[in-house]
Formats: sequence, C-alpha cells, structure tokens
Amino acid sequence: MLTTDDLKARIEGSIPDSRAEVVDLTGTGDHFRATVVSPAFSGLSRIAQHKLVYDVFGADIGGPIHALSLSTRAE
Amino acid sequence: MSTTEPTLREQIESAIGEHDVLLFMKGTPERPACGFSARTVAALEALGAPFAAVDILPDPRIRQELSAISSWPTIPQLFVKGELVGGCDIVTEMYETGELAQALGVEPPAEAPDHAPKAAEPGAPPLQIDTNHVDRS
Repeated sequence: MLTTDDLKARIEGSIPDSRAEVVDLTGTGDHFRATVVSPAFSGLSRIAQHKLVYDVFGADIGGPIHALSLSTRAE
Repeated sequence: MSTTEPTLREQIESAIGEHDVLLFMKGTPERPACGFSARTVAALEALGAPFAAVDILPDPRIRQELSAISSWPTIPQLFVKGELVGGCDIVTEMYETGELAQALGVEPPAEAPDHAPKAAEPGAPPLQIDTNHVDRS
C-alpha cells in the first residue's frame, strides 16, 4: 500500500523544482489525487503535462496505483 | 486464423480514425462502471455532443493496446478527430473552461456551469470491438 508521502516524494524527486500535494481519495492507498506545480510544465499542453507525471510512476499506474487524478500548473 | 482479420490494435486504430468523437471507458454510457468514466460521459452529454464509446472491460487486451497506441495509462480516454484529448481530469477542466465545446464544435451551454455535471443521461450505444476474431499470436 502506498502513502501520499510516497507519491509526493516520487513526483518531487523526478520533476524539476516541482511541488506536489497528494490526497488519498479513498483511504485505501490506491486512489490518489495530485496537484503538481512545476516550471517544467511551462509551454506544454495539458496532455503533455499529465504525461510527465504519469511517466514518474510508469507501470505502477494500473498496478498498485488504481487511479491518479491530476491537476497541473506551470506557475 | 485468417491473416486477413485485423489485429486488435488495427481495430482500435480504425475506430479512432472513423469516429470524430470516441470515448474509451469502463462500462457503457448508460452504465458506467467507474466514476471517472461517468464524469467524462456526463460532460459530453451535457454539451449534447454525439459520441461513440468503447467499453474496455470485456477484454484486458483492449486497454493494453489502447495505452500502447496513446501512451496514456488510464481510462477513460477521449479522442477527437483521431487525437487524444485527455482523460477525466482534462475533459472536466476543458468542460468548465468552454474548451471542450470548442474542441467538439458545439455550442457551449447558455449559462456556463461552475462544475461539470455529475449525473449521466442515456447516451449512444457502445461500439463493439470484436475481440473474438483477433490474431492472438
């Protein structure tokens, strides 16, 4: 079972200068919502921004992470 | 197995190419099997945009092949004119900003709602991806 701190650490450790807030939506350690802010998103489409975050977790999405709802901003 | 049968990936690619608005989802527009799929259907139906839908649940290979094509790991996935627009989060955000209506070429609601609608109305019948005849090699 993953924790919100696990996800926060992985996002912030992988996306330059990012800040992530992660919420466990169900309390079951597998459905999360993350709000991520990073200058790395600047100029990217929403699709490209979300892909950067999904790429942090690779095959864990659909595995231990059943759902990861995202909101991303460049500022 | 005949070699003229299209592969599952070819069937998915054909469906994406043939439908201007195509939603890959869990369940059907009438009976979504996941809250994220339900919210995405609700946004499309609130705009009155006609769309085709594929239920990915009957065969796990549909999701595998779809994600390989789109490089997008989660369901639902909305395609407009052959391009991936996004999943539930992006579609909901675009609904709220009016960008979804623009992308779909429909009129935005007269009074812009603050939030995407929660309830799904009956919609288009699901499109069938025929997995019984695909090459399993």
